[in-house]
Amino acid sequence: MISSFPHRQSAHCESGVAANLLTHHGLPLSEAMAFGIGSGLFFAYLPFVRINHLPLTTFRSAPGWILRRVAKRLCVGMTFRTFRDAENGMAELDRMLEGGVPVGAQTGVYWLPYFPPALRFHFNAHNLVVCGKEGDSYRISDPVFEEPVLCGAADLKRARFARGPLAPNGKLFSLTSVPKTVDPVPAVREAIREVCRLMTRIPIPLIGVRGIRYLAGQVESWPSRLGERRALLYLGNVIRMQEEVGTGGGGFRFIYAAFLQEAATVLDEHRLLDFSQRMTSIGDHWRDFAVAGARICKGRPQGNDDFPALARIVRECADAEHGFFRELDSLMRSGRHAVRR
Amino acid sequence: MRRKDVPQDQGLFGEWKEVSYAVDDDGRYILVPSAGWEPANIANHMAWESIEAEVGAVLAKVRIGVLSPLAYHMARHQMDPGLLAGYAGLFRWQVRRHMKPAAFRRISPALADRYAAIFRTTKEELMEMPVCDPPTGTRK
Repeated sequence: MISSFPHRQSAHCESGVAANLLTHHGLPLSEAMAFGIGSGLFFAYLPFVRINHLPLTTFRSAPGWILRRVAKRLCVGMTFRTFRDAENGMAELDRMLEGGVPVGAQTGVYWLPYFPPALRFHFNAHNLVVCGKEGDSYRISDPVFEEPVLCGAADLKRARFARGPLAPNGKLFSLTSVPKTVDPVPAVREAIREVCRLMTRIPIPLIGVRGIRYLAGQVESWPSRLGERRALLYLGNVIRMQEEVGTGGGGFRFIYAAFLQEAATVLDEHRLLDFSQRMTSIGDHWRDFAVAGARICKGRPQGNDDFPALARIVRECADAEHGFFRELDSLMRSGRHAVRR
Repeated sequence: MRRKDVPQDQGLFGEWKEVSYAVDDDGRYILVPSAGWEPANIANHMAWESIEAEVGAVLAKVRIGVLSPLAYHMARHQMDPGLLAGYAGLFRWQVRRHMKPAAFRRISPALADRYAAIFRTTKEELMEMPVCDPPTGTRK
C-alpha cells in the first residue's frame, strides 16, 4: 500500500489521475493545470458514432489524450500497457504494486461496485489509480470520489476488461521518469495553441466551433425529423454529456477557465485573466442551454422555450467560442508568447 | 459560476457528491462539492426511464414467448447483442439467435454457465421466466 498517495477529488477523471500521479512523483500539479496542459477542451458532434443508439456529443478530447499530452509536454516518461488475457493483466498489476508504484488503470464504470448505481452505464473510458492491495481487495484512488475506496479483485478485473466501445483491455499506465524541474511555460503555450487550433481550424464541419454550429442546426431539426419522443432523448443526451459527472460543469468550460487563470500566473500575462472570465461566461451560457433544455425535457417549457430557441443559444455559444479562440490564439502568437518550433 | 450558485439538488446519486469549479468572491477559481444539478438530474432521470421502458417492453415480449429470457437480462444490463457477444466470446449473430426462445432452450450447459456468470446469476434463474427486477440505476 502506497500510503502517501496524494488523493484529491477532481471533476474529471483523466486530468485528476494525471495531476495526482504527477504530484505523487514530486511534480505538484493541479487538476485544472493537467487538464489545460493536456489540451482537454474540445468539441465534436459525431452522429455516426452511436452510444446507446444516441449520437456522440463530446465536450472533451478523446480518452487517453490528456495523459499522453501531459506526459509529452512535461517531459515525463509514461508507459502504457494493454493485455489480451485478464489473468495476466491482474498479475502484472500486482507485480507493479509490489514494486511500490501507484498504477493508473483505464476501466469501464458499469462493473465498479462503489459507483452510485445511477451512474453505471457502459462507459469505458474511466481512469483511476490503484495504490495498493489489501487482502483480496484493491485500494483505489478514484479521482471522482472524495476518499480512496476499496474494490474487490473480481470487480476490478471485470471493470478493467469491460467490453464494448473504447474497451480498456486492462490498460495500465505508470510514470517511469520524472524530471527534477520542468519549465511549464512552453508546455502551457503549446497546449493553449493546440486547443485554439482544434476548436477553430479543423476543416471538418463536425469538430470544434464548426461542430457546435452543426449541432445547433441538428437541434433545430430534431422535432420534425425524429418526432417528439426521440427529440427529447437526443436533447437529454447532449445535456448529460455537457453536465453530468466528470465535466466540472458547463461542458468542461469552467475547468478550462480555471486553467487559464493559473496560466496567467505561469506566463505572467494578465490578459489571460480576462480570457478566463470570458470562458466562465461561455460556460454559464452553456448552462443556460441545459436549463432551458431540461425544462423542455420535463414537459414544462417556459415562455419561448422551444427547439429553435435552444439552437439559438447553441449558436451564441459557437459565436462566443469562435471569437474567444481566435483572439486567444493571436495573443499566444504575438510577441513574447510566440512558440519557437 | 459563482460559489453561491453551485447547485445542491440531490438527484439519483444518494450521498455521493461531485466537485464543480466555481468562482469565489475574489474571482478566483475553487473546487466546490455539489450534490447535483436539477437539469442534469432531469436528463439522467430521463435516460433511466428510457432504459426502464425498454426493459418493460422486452419483458412483455418474453412473457408472450416472442423473445427468450436472455433478451430480458440483456435489456436489464443495457446490453445489445454486440456488447454481450464481446463478453461471451461469441459472434453477434449467435447472441441474436439465443434471443429467440427455441434456440435459447437448446444452448449447451457450458454456455448457459457463461451467460449466467456474465449476468451474475445462476443457470436456473437465467433459463427461467424472469420476475421483474428494475435496472441497476434506479435501485437505491
